[in-house]
Amino acid sequence: MARGLGTVIHRLPAWLSAVLVLGLTLGTLIAVATRAEIGRGLSPADWAAVRFTVAQALVSAVLSVVLAIPAARALARRQFRGRGLLITLLGAPFLLPVIVAILGLLAVFGRSGILNSGLAAIGLPQVSIYGFWGVVLAHVFFNLPLAVRLILQGWQAIPAERFRLVASLNGSVFRLLELPMLARAVPGAALVVFLICLTSFAVALTLGGGPRATTLELAIYQAIRFDFDLGRAALLACLQFALGLTAAFVAWRVTPILSMGRGMDRVVQRWDNGRVAVDVVALALVAVFLALPLLMVILRGVPGLIQLPEAVWDAAVRSIVVAVCSAILCVGMALSLALKGGMAVTVIGVLPLAASGLVMGTGLFILVYPFVSPSSVASPVTILVNATLALPFAMRAIGPAVADVQSNYGRLADSLGMGGWDRLRLLIVPRLRRPLGFAAGLAAALSMGDLGVITLFAGDAQETLPLAMYRLMGAYRMDAAAGAGLLLLALSLALFWICDQGARRDADA
Amino acid sequence: MRTTLSIGVAAAICATGALAETPVLNVMTYDSFVSDWGPGPAVEAAFEEVCACDLVFTGAGDGAALLARLQLEGKGTEADIVLGLDTNLTAAARETGLFAPHGVTTDLDLPVSWDDADFLPFDWGYFAFVGNAGEEAAVSLRNLATGDAKIIIQDPRSSTPGLGLLMWVKAAYPDDAAEVWAALADNIVTVTPGWSEAYGLFLEGEADAVLSYTTSPAYHLIAEEDDSKIAWAFEEGHYMQVEVAGKLAGTDQPELADQFMAFMVSDAFQSIIPTTNWMYPAKLPGDGLPDGFDTLLTPAKALLLSSDDAAAMRDVALEEWRAALAR
Repeated sequence: MARGLGTVIHRLPAWLSAVLVLGLTLGTLIAVATRAEIGRGLSPADWAAVRFTVAQALVSAVLSVVLAIPAARALARRQFRGRGLLITLLGAPFLLPVIVAILGLLAVFGRSGILNSGLAAIGLPQVSIYGFWGVVLAHVFFNLPLAVRLILQGWQAIPAERFRLVASLNGSVFRLLELPMLARAVPGAALVVFLICLTSFAVALTLGGGPRATTLELAIYQAIRFDFDLGRAALLACLQFALGLTAAFVAWRVTPILSMGRGMDRVVQRWDNGRVAVDVVALALVAVFLALPLLMVILRGVPGLIQLPEAVWDAAVRSIVVAVCSAILCVGMALSLALKGGMAVTVIGVLPLAASGLVMGTGLFILVYPFVSPSSVASPVTILVNATLALPFAMRAIGPAVADVQSNYGRLADSLGMGGWDRLRLLIVPRLRRPLGFAAGLAAALSMGDLGVITLFAGDAQETLPLAMYRLMGAYRMDAAAGAGLLLLALSLALFWICDQGARRDADA
Repeated sequence: MRTTLSIGVAAAICATGALAETPVLNVMTYDSFVSDWGPGPAVEAAFEEVCACDLVFTGAGDGAALLARLQLEGKGTEADIVLGLDTNLTAAARETGLFAPHGVTTDLDLPVSWDDADFLPFDWGYFAFVGNAGEEAAVSLRNLATGDAKIIIQDPRSSTPGLGLLMWVKAAYPDDAAEVWAALADNIVTVTPGWSEAYGLFLEGEADAVLSYTTSPAYHLIAEEDDSKIAWAFEEGHYMQVEVAGKLAGTDQPELADQFMAFMVSDAFQSIIPTTNWMYPAKLPGDGLPDGFDTLLTPAKALLLSSDDAAAMRDVALEEWRAALAR
């Protein structure tokens, strides 16, 4: 089936995308390794970091996915006012800069947070958020919404005709449709969450309560910044890649290959509505868990908005430009790779998630520095890196949809002699509007909140909004920083909403 | 957007025009120094008034990131001066062999004697735990460790204040540091990657005190007219952070670099420091310190390990810290 499309759509973009991803992930790692002098190798503390990293990522992934299933099911089978808004808000935690999200979580679960104030008021002992479970709580807060969206896509991919068929046969929707769909969607969603948590650094450290909560990424940070031991950093980064690829292989092995087949895009009608109360509870719990910290971010940020210095608004404009460029690049790359298909593409889609941000930045710096001044290429480099980092999410959204279109419509299009640009314009893009919009929105919003590579490259004139926010915090201006955090949240959500809703218009009918 | 662009283009053209005639002095420093709220903009204006040159600051993360950046750039670095290392980093910085003697001879106003041919201080401060006025304050490290006050500290592996506390405990208790850390473990709410996160968490009410500087209350007092924050005075003395700058041996502007190093300890530079970097000036300006600084805690004893001692002890101290807190 890949042959049909491959011959009609040029493969050059796919190759370029693949080269870019490999260069930014493995290439930067090699660049760091070549600068290494003989270091001290891995210590017992590093192995402890590996154990902690894997344990928290595994628990976070399982919990996120298990909690996401009832919420996704409720969203899939209920129509209610505010459903669209809720789905958009689901994107919010994932898009927040880490420190903003942590402060929001602490306003709810922290020592002086709502929860502990409530417990104290009724005479119960305090609970502490700090420790292993605090890290997991934060990771679930970040990733549960993403898991819901990814699993919801699985539900939406079941054609209306299938529900009709199962209803007419008096069969079980859960056993015949939902279970096979979940078997296909859940491993991928869990993998994505696992990989995100694998490279966690600030969340794990801040909420983990100390060196017990050392992750691999922190060990890499220490190796580069503290010891300037590039050899050890490269070794640790290899270890991180190995863990990521192992997880990807396991997820790939346990995912059955099946398609729900094609339908006529009718409105899904269901006869198995189940108990409304279950869905209400599932959605209410998720909404409260996600919305309360966000509400605190907003309340905390409003007074700071008027204190924002002009430079922050300039940084905001710069961030938007970078975000839009990254989104376009990212979606183009994801689409070209998804059209190519195959195991190699799957691996390429995983690599950026397992990459260490610091190694990537350092490697790029080593590669770029001999030729141009790093600050003069800060914006293009940020766009390339952000597009690549968002690629795994875009591919997760676009890949299965492309595979479905290929298997369901590929032969029809071939028989019509529809190829090249026409095929892309008339068949693929229209059928992929929803995942394309979601992917673009995600890529844009992720790029808004990113504070990775830019810290190594940015001069004064390339300051992005997250960087401006951190600089405000560094200058004691916590109120203004909270205002900048709110601005960042609003802009990220707006970008996400425009792409996501723009693409879903008419498609939801 | 279009106006922003055209202004940008115009500025770029002017800048290239200016480049042709005026020499450029590149100073690499940490991020918060160059931000709009840091000393950078005022220092740049003041120096350009006297130097007939273009002073360009480049921010590179925090202090530790600064050294890593320099090590990455190596001999090819365009920087003429590196500004913002502290004494815990100078031994490693000297080892790179990239620095040249600063050649400045002037009496500095530090609580300790200073004798370093390569690195010249531009400001300094005392580390301290900062808490809320009116609440019970610990009176020593030991007292803090045995009490039940909750504190937030920074990770010594990713933050300069975190490393400062490591050295503080080591300087106060050279032989019992591990034991002190073990006793402190139950007081530590959490460990953050950097100063900003820790201070933000403290202001949100997550702890009774946070590791910061004796000068932190001055910010709240002067900039926010808020006197609710105080630094806790500790009997063992307070460890110092001395921030230094160094001239690179490979500079293509040696005279300008020398001029900047001399300017750095002059009144024009030093009077900017207290209310932008919120640290003590290395050489007291003629006008003295701004109002509000007189209310700050003056520790009875200043602790500071030499840069060689600090470098030699670092790995052992870090392992003691890690082992005590990982339990």
